Parts: sequence; structure tokens; C-alpha cells
Amino acid sequence: MKLYALIAVLLTSLFSAQASAEGGSSEPKHPEKQSWSWEGPFGTFDRQQLQRGYQVYKEVCAACHSMHLVSFRNLSQPGGPEFSAAQAKAIAMGMQVAALDDKGEDIQRPATLADRFPSPFPNEKAARAANNNAYPPDLSVIVKARAHGIDAEGPDYVYSLLTGYSDPPSDFSLLPGLYYNPYFAGHQIAMPAPLASDGQVTWPEGNPTATKQQMAKDVVAFMTWAADPHMEDRKQLGVKVMIFLSFLSVLLFIAYKRQWKDVEH
Amino acid sequence: MSQGNYSYQPKNAFTKWLDSRLPILRLMDESMLQFPTPKNLNFWFTFGGILTFMLVAQILTGVVLAMHYVPHETMAFDSVERIMRDVNYGWLLRYLHSNGASMFFIAVYIHIFRGLYYGSYKAPREVLWLLGIVIYLLMMATGFLGYTLPWGQMSFWGATVITNFFSAIPFVGESVTQWLWGSFAVDNSTLQRFFSLHYLLPFVIAGVVVLHVWALHVPGNNNPLGIDVKGPADTVPFHPYYTIKDLFALVVFVLFFCYFVFFNPNFLGHADNYIPANRLVTPPHIVPEWYYLPLYAILRSVPDKLIGVLLMFGAIVVWAFLPWLDRSAVRSNNFRPLSRQMFFVLVAVIWILGMLGAQSPDGDFEFYFGMILPISKLFLSQICTAYYFLHFLVVTPLVGLIEKPLALPQSIATAVLAKNGSAPAVRAKG
Repeated sequence: MKLYALIAVLLTSLFSAQASAEGGSSEPKHPEKQSWSWEGPFGTFDRQQLQRGYQVYKEVCAACHSMHLVSFRNLSQPGGPEFSAAQAKAIAMGMQVAALDDKGEDIQRPATLADRFPSPFPNEKAARAANNNAYPPDLSVIVKARAHGIDAEGPDYVYSLLTGYSDPPSDFSLLPGLYYNPYFAGHQIAMPAPLASDGQVTWPEGNPTATKQQMAKDVVAFMTWAADPHMEDRKQLGVKVMIFLSFLSVLLFIAYKRQWKDVEH
Repeated sequence: MSQGNYSYQPKNAFTKWLDSRLPILRLMDESMLQFPTPKNLNFWFTFGGILTFMLVAQILTGVVLAMHYVPHETMAFDSVERIMRDVNYGWLLRYLHSNGASMFFIAVYIHIFRGLYYGSYKAPREVLWLLGIVIYLLMMATGFLGYTLPWGQMSFWGATVITNFFSAIPFVGESVTQWLWGSFAVDNSTLQRFFSLHYLLPFVIAGVVVLHVWALHVPGNNNPLGIDVKGPADTVPFHPYYTIKDLFALVVFVLFFCYFVFFNPNFLGHADNYIPANRLVTPPHIVPEWYYLPLYAILRSVPDKLIGVLLMFGAIVVWAFLPWLDRSAVRSNNFRPLSRQMFFVLVAVIWILGMLGAQSPDGDFEFYFGMILPISKLFLSQICTAYYFLHFLVVTPLVGLIEKPLALPQSIATAVLAKNGSAPAVRAKG
């Protein structure tokens, strides 16, 4: 035991200092933790927020970014933005998707509920050509693909990135065509600040003011749902399963104790 | 079967008829119901049952997932996402399966270290132990193959790193690696064969598990005291005593499992695996699944690839020699004060190796709470790797020679009575 005490003392004396999280290097800044409606085992999405977020996505992000895993029908499914079926259909009708006509010619037709969200570029090369050789990533699962440990996760990162553009420090040499963003690895990003001014999106009457922060929060909410459209199902089923299993384990514990009551062990 | 007399009596005409042709009901009765089991097993001994459940759960969820999954480099990633979005309860199947792999490894590590602590590897259970190592190796292979299937960035680059181990083999390394890939790089042919093997290996595991259980039922269970069963007073029939105990433990384990599945399903995975595989972009930091981290640290502890790979495989192979490296006649560490301390030192060293495996190889060691130890990670992983092998090759035999074990109880029954305050248990040890 004395040996352990000695080792413990040695170890403690070795702990030099707190880790310096932000040095002068180009280590990305740690995302700011936000509070979200879907956190915790009972968390749900805010329908209005998802609808607003969809509008931001459609009017701002979708100009460059695809979201090819999400279909228009998802917009009216339970647990999502829950547009009415008619609204979702109208949204789809307003978009054009590639198709073939009866002669096999390429045409554009209005989308239906069954269609996936159309991509802004036909392929990666076209996307790069239009974006200064940078490839805007698909946003379907972007929130799940950007985790930052337990204390700040994908949504916090995307929010911090969207609202984190600033002028570079005087000693920072920015490459041409790139923008300064301390939350991005390397601090320079090819995407210009997408939410440039308040009121960039006009939401229907009764919604909050479209500040940059509000738009960022709402579009992050929408992307979080898009990455995990069954989250509400999952958590609701989870609560039931946990209650059932807890109850079952108590019963089994009682049965176990009773079975062993007369056996010395 | 060495312990006790069985009395399976076929009860009706059909079971009598069957018993004289294929005594399968007798086998089940003897090995699962009447099987005399030491009465003093604690909850660390419930993980064998939990592991059996996990194997079955992984096979069942996996078979259904395979009905929807597309093993093609251009479609695999989206097919997994389609399972999560459009297949009824596909998200549940997929999260059960991906988190199930981690749970399987948590359970197997507890099971292995329980065996290590209570000396379950010693005579007459050496073959049981060796079969366990075979199962563990098969699990490692299966887990790795399965992790490549979603074809995300970590899948692809993990597969690249792991398959490159084989290129370290002198002379034929390159040919062997290309043979494994089915190509000149990790690509579609690699993914397709990995899928095939990922489907195959669990059934091989199931086969070795049958042998493992068979090898268990010849000498019977070890127990926390590590002493042999002396007679019927030491045992209870497996059913209902251990069926109910194992069932209770299983449900508690499944509760833990369900927390991850329902409330934190991506916690044990890596975020980069939600980025589709891209052979042109190397992730800044390639890490394997958590259950390989200590081995990964051992691999990286030496600059030479061949030696690193040999050390990594050696780190598992050395467990196979344990029954012969440990010279002590006493099994349970409860009666081996020095060996018990060394057990915890080994656990700590493996834990640190795991932390090292999770961190990038250069710079100082990041301890918990944001503290950084002013010690190079490379140096620390070399010390830990060296100690790891020393533990098995030097410390274990030496402790067996110099240690004076505590007095062992006469029998399980007397020890149990003594613990409950009814009778003396300890006999002087010669």
C-alpha cells in the first residue's frame, strides 16, 4: 500500500499544468455549447423551428449543398417539421428534378413527395468548378459527422461555424478565396459566411425575428432532424423500454433472492 | 461429466424413443439444467451467459441488416443510411448491432479479466482458456470486418491501416496484402469479401463457443475461491439457481446496453464514419474502435512495422501461455496478495495503453481532466508495452515462486458457512 501512496505522490507531482486549449496554432476553437430542444431522453424537435430551418436550408444552403438522403415526403412525417401533406406536396411541386421522358430524352419535371431533395450540382466536378475548387459537402448527416466530445456535439459545431466568421487577426495570412473562421480546422474555410445579414430569410407572421443567430439555430435544428429523422421515435421507445426493463429487473431480482433463500452461498 | 450423478429419466414414450436414438434431451438436461455448479459464484461469473446472449443478438440483428445492406463501394454508405431512415425499425436494428459490438467487447473483457483474477485458466481448464482466446481473436476479426461495412472514412482508413499490417511480413507481405484486398488497394472487392467474411465468422464463433462450453462442462466451473468442488454440498443445480441469477444479470446488462442504443447511439462510434469513404482525403487522426486501442498503442510503440505487428499479435498470443507461466498452485487471487496487486497493476497498464491508443502518437500524454503529463507518449507506450510483456513472462512466474498464499478453505461449503457465521472454514495450509 505504501508503494501505491508513493506512486500516487509521484504522479501528482508530474501533473504540470492545465492543457492550453487554444494556443496560437490553427487548432480549431472549441464549439460553443448551445441548449437545444431535443436534448435529454425526453427531448423533441420544435416543429416551428424545423419549418423555419427548412426555409433557411432551402433559400440559403441548398444553393450549393445537396441533402440527397432526405425526401420531400419526410417533411410531413411525424417527428419532423410536420408540414401538412398538402404543404409538403406544394414544396415538392415547386422544385424541378431530372427525369427521362418517354423518348429517353433528359427532361426536368416537378418533384413529387417520393423524390429526394434535388442536388444543386450534377456531380462533384461541377460543384467544384462553381465553388473555387471547393466541394460543398452533402448536409444529410453532417451533424452526426461533426462530433466534438461529450460537452459539445455536432449541432454546437455547425452553429458555432455558421455564426463564427470574423476578421482574421492581424498576424494571420489568409489564402486568397478563403474566409476566416476560428471554429474550422486550419481557421480558413472556402465557404463565405452564408448567413450574412439579419432578415436574410422572411419567415411567415408569428415567427421570431430572423437574426443571424436565430437563422443559424433553426437551420441546425433542421439538419439535426435530417441526420436522425427517427430521433423522437427512438427516445420515446427508449423510455418505454427502460421502464419495462427496470421493472423486469426488479421482479427478477426478487425471484433470484427467493430462489436462493434457503441456500447458503 | 465429472461432478455428481445425473438422473435423466425420459418421461414419455416419445422422449424414451428419442433418448435411445439421439440423446439430445439428455445432453441438454445434463448440461443446462442439472449441471452441478459451485454455489458461491458471484456476479462476475454471469458474463458467460451475457456473452451467449450477445452473440445470438448480433447474429439475429445482423441477418436482418444483411437483407437491406448493399456491399458495394458506391452504395454501402447510402444503404446503411437507408436502413436507418426507410426500413421499419431499421434504425433500431442498426443501432442495436453497432452498439451491440461494443457491448459484446465490454462483456468479453470482463469475462477474460474475471478468468484472470480467479485463475480460471489453470489446470484442468487450460483447453477452455485456449478456446476462449480463439473466440476472442475471431471476435476481433469480426468486429473489424463489420466496422468497414458502412464504408465511412474510418471504415475505409481503418481497413487500410489494418490490412497493411500484413505487408510487414517479409518477402510475401505485398502479395498477401493484395490477396486480402482482392485488388491493389482497399476498394470494392475488399468491401465485398469483408462482407462475406463478416457474415461467416459469427457462425465460426458459435461453433467454437460450443467447444468452449463443452470444455467448461468437463471440469465444471471455477469459482471465486478457486478450489475444487469436493462434493454435492458445494454445488447447486444450474437450473433454477443460475438460470435466474444469470437472467437477472442479463436484464441489468441489457438496460445498460439500451441506454446507448436509445439515448446515445453514436457515442461509442467515431463521427468521421458518417463521412463517406474518400481515398483522396486521409482523416487527420485514424483511430480504431475502442476495443482495439491497447493493442493499437502496442503496435505504435515501436517505429519498426514488422516488430510492431509481431508485438501486437504477441500481446494476445502470450495469454495462451498463461496456464504454464503461472506456477502457483492457488487459483484465486483472493488468496494471493502479491498476485492480486500485480493483477490491478496490469489492468492499469492496459488502461493507459488504451488511452495512448486513442491519442495521436506525438506530444505529451493527455491524462484526464485536461491534465497533460510531461512525458512523451512514445516513451510511455514503450514502458507500458514492456511492462505488459514483463507481467506475463517474468512477473507472473516469479510471483508464483516467491509468494506465500493465504490459507485456503477446506471446501466451498465450509467457506460459505464460515462467511455466514455458522462454522469455521480455514484449514492450515501445508
